[in-house]
Amino acid sequence: MLRFLTMRLAQSLAVLVLMSVAIYGLIGLMPGDPIDLALSADPRLTSDDIARLRALYGLDEPWAHRYWAWAIQALQGEFGYSRLFAQPVISTLAEPLGRTLLLMGGSFAVALAIGLPAGMAAGARPHSRLDYVVNLICFAGVAMPAFWLALLLILLFAVHWQIFPASAVALEPGFATQLRHLALPILTLGLLQAGGITRYMRAAMREALSADHIRTARAKGLSEVGVIWGHALRNAMIPVISILALDVGGLFSGALIVEMMFGYPGMGKLLFDAVMGNDYNLALVALLFGTGVTLVANLAADIAYAAVDPRVSFARMSDA
Amino acid sequence: MGTGTRAWHRFRGHRFGLAGLVLLSLLVIACLSAGWLAGALGIDPEAVDLFSQYGAPTSAHLLGQDDLGRDVLLRLLAGGQVSLSVAFVAALAAASIGTAIGLAAGYWGGWLDAVLMRLVDSVIALPLLPLLIVLAAIDPAKLGFGPWAEEQSFGLIRIVVIVAAVGWTTPARLVRGATLAARAQGYVQAARALGVAPLAIAVRHILPNVSGPLIVATTLAMGQVILFESALSFLGLGIQPPTPSWGNMLTGAQEIIWQAPMLAIYPGLAIFLTVMSVNFLGDALQDALAPRATERQDAA
Repeated sequence: MLRFLTMRLAQSLAVLVLMSVAIYGLIGLMPGDPIDLALSADPRLTSDDIARLRALYGLDEPWAHRYWAWAIQALQGEFGYSRLFAQPVISTLAEPLGRTLLLMGGSFAVALAIGLPAGMAAGARPHSRLDYVVNLICFAGVAMPAFWLALLLILLFAVHWQIFPASAVALEPGFATQLRHLALPILTLGLLQAGGITRYMRAAMREALSADHIRTARAKGLSEVGVIWGHALRNAMIPVISILALDVGGLFSGALIVEMMFGYPGMGKLLFDAVMGNDYNLALVALLFGTGVTLVANLAADIAYAAVDPRVSFARMSDA
Repeated sequence: MGTGTRAWHRFRGHRFGLAGLVLLSLLVIACLSAGWLAGALGIDPEAVDLFSQYGAPTSAHLLGQDDLGRDVLLRLLAGGQVSLSVAFVAALAAASIGTAIGLAAGYWGGWLDAVLMRLVDSVIALPLLPLLIVLAAIDPAKLGFGPWAEEQSFGLIRIVVIVAAVGWTTPARLVRGATLAARAQGYVQAARALGVAPLAIAVRHILPNVSGPLIVATTLAMGQVILFESALSFLGLGIQPPTPSWGNMLTGAQEIIWQAPMLAIYPGLAIFLTVMSVNFLGDALQDALAPRATERQDAA
């Protein structure tokens, strides 16, 4: 167990370090650099000033040196200032992060409320008409572009029926108003996730129902409801939970699109604005943060999977 | 009965796969006939006509006109040419990268396999869209591309490279699995015993035997690649107007959704139908060409 934990932790750290190198390199390839921005803000700067500024900020040094200097600072919790917000990068992250977590949490609840029952019902009756229809809808869900789903929901709920507003930001205060504005973003992201959850639940339910102990339970005369709730569901939940945690990266991508569509100032929109506004420090940290959270979720999923299911041997997993 | 015939029989039993193939063929034919249709209807697809902004469908403009008075149907078909060719080339590129990696991992095994498969896991886990946005924002001048970077062709190649860079993981996994199976076959062991070089074995003996999974992987990668490309183009980071693509045709659709709701529907519907057809096709091909892989996936 300890060996498995250290192996997985070391792997995740290695990936994070590699990603920090890659992301630092990519951000450095974005158009312009801080000095160009200073120059466009103050045209009186001479080329001597520019050379001096470059030396001052270390921009004339080789790439590896700059990365190393950045990494040392970052490890001390120093990520620099955001150009767009004129404050330390770290303090610009807190509010958007809270909003994104709210969005993700709400949509996850919606997705579970749809996906778990649908997947259970379909998985419990393989090859039935219901199974067929659920599977077809899931196929459609996978093929659905996130931004088009948002457009369709806006068209239906905001333009046609006028039940919910098309913008995530409420101008008036009040909990009910805020909630109304969040309804469409949460519904969009929830529907996007529901397909995956349904599919996993359906497959896991089928697998669980084909096990030997289920046949025994049926043979002793247990009702079908008792079989599903008492025996199959517990085994079906194990892979579903871990697969959900593995999909956090995909959730970030979906949240970004939803935040853009509904003008919701969360992490995804923050990253997009940072990239578009040449806010190098902010873009770097936002992307690295998203990657870090994803890696932690994956790690947690692996450990949880192994801890919950005694059939998974730690030794075997660390070899794989 | 030969392998091909048997595969065709299995494929034909897959009604949705067949429907996907038919729908996809129709879409491709429609997009290819854009030029001919423009001539037949006597419309210039690029022509701007601000007097007939949001024009309703007529016998000349079958799907109406957009915010600049351009013909929606012709732009949709032209956008389809761009989106479909970008997706096709990107899927091929992704499949090539994936094949090289899957073949190497499956054939040589050991630490190379471990490292490559951890790489695949890591890439799959990453928040891909944020990463793609940063990739798309890269300044080609800093990579040493000169004036070529200003041309339209560069923009198309760029989006192909970007989406292929994240789309290779599924092909890599499928090819690795098939390689592991092929490596255990007698003829591979015979070739090894005869002292044939490992690279020659991998390319000459294993590659032809993983072609089934490879076709499946390319098809499935195409669906994924279309979704990535359209999302990037929608955000203004992929294919740049005036070159139409299904993604960038939807960029402004949200602002004009009250005046022209249909403009928000058509391009998205085209993306949706294409990806759905491609996925059905991939699923059916998997049943037909790589039946064992399907069973494994079904059980997972």
